[in-house]
Order: sequence, then C-alpha cells, then structure tokens
Amino acid sequence: MRMSDAAALKVAGVTLSFGGVKALRDVSFEAKAGSITAVIGPNGAGKTSVFNCISGFYRPSSGQVLLDGQDISALRPPRRAALGIARSFQNIALFRGMTVLDNIKLGRHAHMKTNLLQAMLYSGAAAREEEALRRDVEERIIDFLEIDHIRNMPVSVLSYGLQKRVELARALAMQPRILLLDEPVAGMNREETEDMARFILDVKEEWGVTILMVEHDMGLIMDISDHVTVLNFGEVIAEGLPAEVQADPHVAEAYLGSGDPAALMKRLHEEAEH
Amino acid sequence: MIIGTAKESYRADEALLTTKPQRVWMAIFLAFLVIVPFSVNDYWLYMVCLMTINVVAATGLNILTGFTGQVSLGQAAFMAVGAYTVAWMERDLGTPFLVNLVGAGLAAAALGIVVGIPSLRVKGLYLAIATIAASFILHFVFVHWESVTGGNTGINVAPARIPGMELTTYFQLYWVIMPVTIIMVVAAANIFRTRIGRAFIAIRDRDISAEVLGIPLLQYKLMSFAIASFYAGVAGGMWAYFFRVVTPESFPFMMSIFLLAAIIVGGMGTILGGVVGAVFMTITPELLRFVVEWVSPWVPNAGTLLSPVRTIVFGGLIIGFLVFEPQGLAEIIQRVRRFFRLWPFRT
Repeated sequence: MRMSDAAALKVAGVTLSFGGVKALRDVSFEAKAGSITAVIGPNGAGKTSVFNCISGFYRPSSGQVLLDGQDISALRPPRRAALGIARSFQNIALFRGMTVLDNIKLGRHAHMKTNLLQAMLYSGAAAREEEALRRDVEERIIDFLEIDHIRNMPVSVLSYGLQKRVELARALAMQPRILLLDEPVAGMNREETEDMARFILDVKEEWGVTILMVEHDMGLIMDISDHVTVLNFGEVIAEGLPAEVQADPHVAEAYLGSGDPAALMKRLHEEAEH
Repeated sequence: MIIGTAKESYRADEALLTTKPQRVWMAIFLAFLVIVPFSVNDYWLYMVCLMTINVVAATGLNILTGFTGQVSLGQAAFMAVGAYTVAWMERDLGTPFLVNLVGAGLAAAALGIVVGIPSLRVKGLYLAIATIAASFILHFVFVHWESVTGGNTGINVAPARIPGMELTTYFQLYWVIMPVTIIMVVAAANIFRTRIGRAFIAIRDRDISAEVLGIPLLQYKLMSFAIASFYAGVAGGMWAYFFRVVTPESFPFMMSIFLLAAIIVGGMGTILGGVVGAVFMTITPELLRFVVEWVSPWVPNAGTLLSPVRTIVFGGLIIGFLVFEPQGLAEIIQRVRRFFRLWPFRT
C-alpha cells in the first residue's frame, strides 16, 4: 500500500459572503507539507467556514484554495476527497447505522475501482479489492488507533471519545495527504485528549500527513502544533509559532476584549480544567 | 452454540454466509426450493411463482428505498415498463426470452435514471410525489401509445421458448422464475459487500459526509434508481411471461404501495427483509382466506361476513408490525439466530 505523501495547502485571499454578511475576508494562510497547523479564534470567527471552503461545501466569492500549488477552488467535494483532502467534523458525522469497520471502509471509496457489474457478481477483482482493503484497515488503521475491540459494533453505541477516534480512522482510510480536523478533542476528558494528541502526532510522523486543525484546547495547540493562525470576525489577526501567537496582545484582545496575554493564558487554563 | 467465528483469512470473514449453520440452512432451503414444484398443486405453484416475482421487485425497491433512502412509489410502473418491453420484443423482434428479460430490465433502468434525476434536489415525501407523477405519466403512455402497447386492450405475450419447448405451465415457468430470482437476490446481496453498497448506505445515513468521503451523490443516486428499476423491469418481464397478457391495469398504483409495504414489513435495508416482506405480503391474504374457509361452517353468512374481516386482519397485521417490530420480519429472524447462538447456555 502506498504511503501517502504529505501535501502543502494554501488558502489565498479567500472571501466568503452569505448575502451581505462576510463570513471570511481575504483570509490567507498556509499549511506546510508535513506540519501541524492550528486555526484558532473565538466562536463565530469563521474557522469552520474556512474548512468548508477547503473541502468544497462553500464556494468562496473570491480567492483560491491551492493543494500543492494546484488550484482546486472549482472542484466538487468528491473530487477534492480523491485528491487527498480528508476531514473530520466538529459534531461527528459517522454513519450511525453501520459498524465501525464499515464506516472506516467507506473512507477508501474514492480510491477503489469495483464497478457495478463486478459488485453484483462479486467477481475476482472485487473480492481481491475488498480483501486488500480489509487487510489494510485491520492491520494499519484499526491496530494503530487501538480500536480492534469495537470493530464490529455499530457506531451509535460508542462513547463520544471513541466515535471521534473512529472518525479519525475513517479519515485515515481515505489515504489523505492533508487531514482537516475540526475540534478533534472537543468534549473529551484528559485521558482521551492525551490519546488523541498522541494519534495526531503519530499521523504526522508515521503517515506523513499534513494536518490542519481547528481547536479550542489551547494546551493541545501549544503542545503539538508547528504553526498557528488566529481568526477573528473572519479575518486573520495573527499567525506564527505557538509561543509567538500566545504572546500576541491582539490575540488576547480577540478572546478577552483586553490585550493581556497573561490573563488569556489564565483563562484558557481555567477552561481546560473544567 | 457458536463460541466465536475463528476466521483465518480476511476473505473468509468477508464471505456472504460466515457461519456453518448459515450455510447448512441455506443448503436446506435451496433443496426445499427444488422439491417445491414436485410436491404442491398448481394453485400453490401459482402462488409461489407470484411470490417469487414480487421478491425481485421488492428487493429492487429495497436497494433504492431501504438502502439508499430514496422513497419511491413508482416501482409498479417500472414493472409495467418491463412487462411491455417483453411483450413488444416477443411480438415485433422475436428474440429469445432471456434476452427479452434483460431487455426489460435495461429499458426500465433507462427510464429509472430519468425519473431519478430530481432526486438530487428533492427528498423524502417530495421525491415520493415525483415518482407518483412519473407513474401516472407512464400509465398515460401505456394507454395512448397504441402501436406498441395495444392501448386499453393491452397486448398478448407469446409463451417463453427454449429450443424444442414452450414454457406454458407453472411448473415449467418455475424453473425460469426461481433461478432468475435467486441470481438477482444474490447479486443484490453482493452489491452490499463492496464499495457501491457502502456508498448507498452512506447516502441514506448522511449525504453531506458521503460527499466529503468522495462519493458523487448524483451518480450514486441515479445508479440506485437504475438498479431498482432494472429489478422491477425483470420482475415485470417474468410477470408478462407468467400471465401472458399485459394491459395498463396490470400494474396498478396500489402495486407500488404493496411493494413499499413489503419492504417496511420485511425490514428496510436488509436483503432478507425484501425477500421475507414480499413473501409475507403475497401469502398472508391467501392464508387468511383459508382460515375464513375453515371457520365458515361454524359462522352463518361466513362468505359475506368474513371476507372484509380478512382485509381488516391483514391491515391490522401490517400496523402491528410497524408498531411492535419496526425493524421488520428480518429482525425477528436475526433475534432467533442470536438466541440459538448462545443456546442452551443462555436463554
């Protein structure tokens, strides 16, 4: 099985408006190949809108989304998936009626070739493709994410933390070159958060996948991201290394209304405690 | 009792029937199907053939409505398209009957794709109404395109022929209808072992995230419509060879509702559900008729009194299933299986 090679993603001057409301104004940033980039910002800053522009749900009114320099702004979501853009959702979007295994298998859809006739006959080619997929899912993904004990369960009976992990597994089955994670640890307890942080780092290191994530857990961001972009009211107000962003008075102001980075850290730590 | 399914290869785990009891029961069932035509009278053979034809149509509808989530009330109209196609090919082309059956499926599938086009924009009840509209348009065509359909009087169908023999009796037709049905049901089950079936279920459960996973919605919805109509077309084609005459009233709109009820009672989104649903819906009114006949000596005026009761009981049974077994008959079968899996250690 081909090891995915990381891709660089560039968002260049993206503006998105709904009627008169500008959700994003001239947003530009870059996720370097093989890095972890975090997009942070207060609620309503436009973080998920950026993700929707990248995965193709929203068509920006101007600006471009570039994958390894190639403009993908005009492509429909399925085409972008085939190019290696995988994504998890803020409020888990698994298929509830299916088992964990089937959910993960679905991730590979765009890379498979079985056509309808082969499927109906379950021909040799279809059987081999299914077998290879099963092997890959079992031995690389389920093993890696430590979810072998739940593989045959329907996802609807799983805890929130495990569902998030299954969603990551499904995204990995897409053989992604860039992975968009929308609040991967939201609502998780400390132990689950630590597990997820470890998985995200491993995905970057071992799978060689570029990661772009939206997250509120500042501790996680400071720990694992290489680069941080801060959005507020649909505009990029700061970016840089995690430590630089943390010390930026503009960021503290966006979150608190006052420009004191120390107060910001205190507040965020308090939030993390809860 | 089965302790576990100790599979040694992934291929074995991806098989259609994964446990030994499943394979044994399936073998027994197939043997039973071989014996049936030798051991029942013509009337029951007629019922079995009709049931089998309905199984094909219901399985097709189940792929579209049960698995892909696109509600359709046009299945009977597609059966009619298949029946007319067979009639027309027999009359004007004289092609072999297996070719005609495939032709019936393909003609219905082509129309199914056209009818499915609105499905990208309209969902649920709105789609159901769109498919109703399509069936009425098709009915209009059947009545008025007289050169092909014979108008209101309909069109007679020559018997199916294999070299040296005409297939006219129920016994002979059984050996065509049953194998075709088995092949089509297995093919339907196979679809759901591959990426195409998973894509259908994904569209049903959450179409937005299906798109992010790289599943083009329109293409797959149309494919699902095409498959469902193909099944309806073949079912209609077999129906035409079975009854030997096709009129615009052969496939009334009620038939579409009958098929939808069949998959709901049987179990939406399971292959087994489509099969047992169609069997139940076809056979139950007949069984109730026998019950009425048995009790009639004790009830005065049985004929007039009990025949409406039969309809009411049938309706009541359907409502009962919806209320007490919303997952359908297939779920009852699964429960029995689970019970015997642990029997006698847990009861």
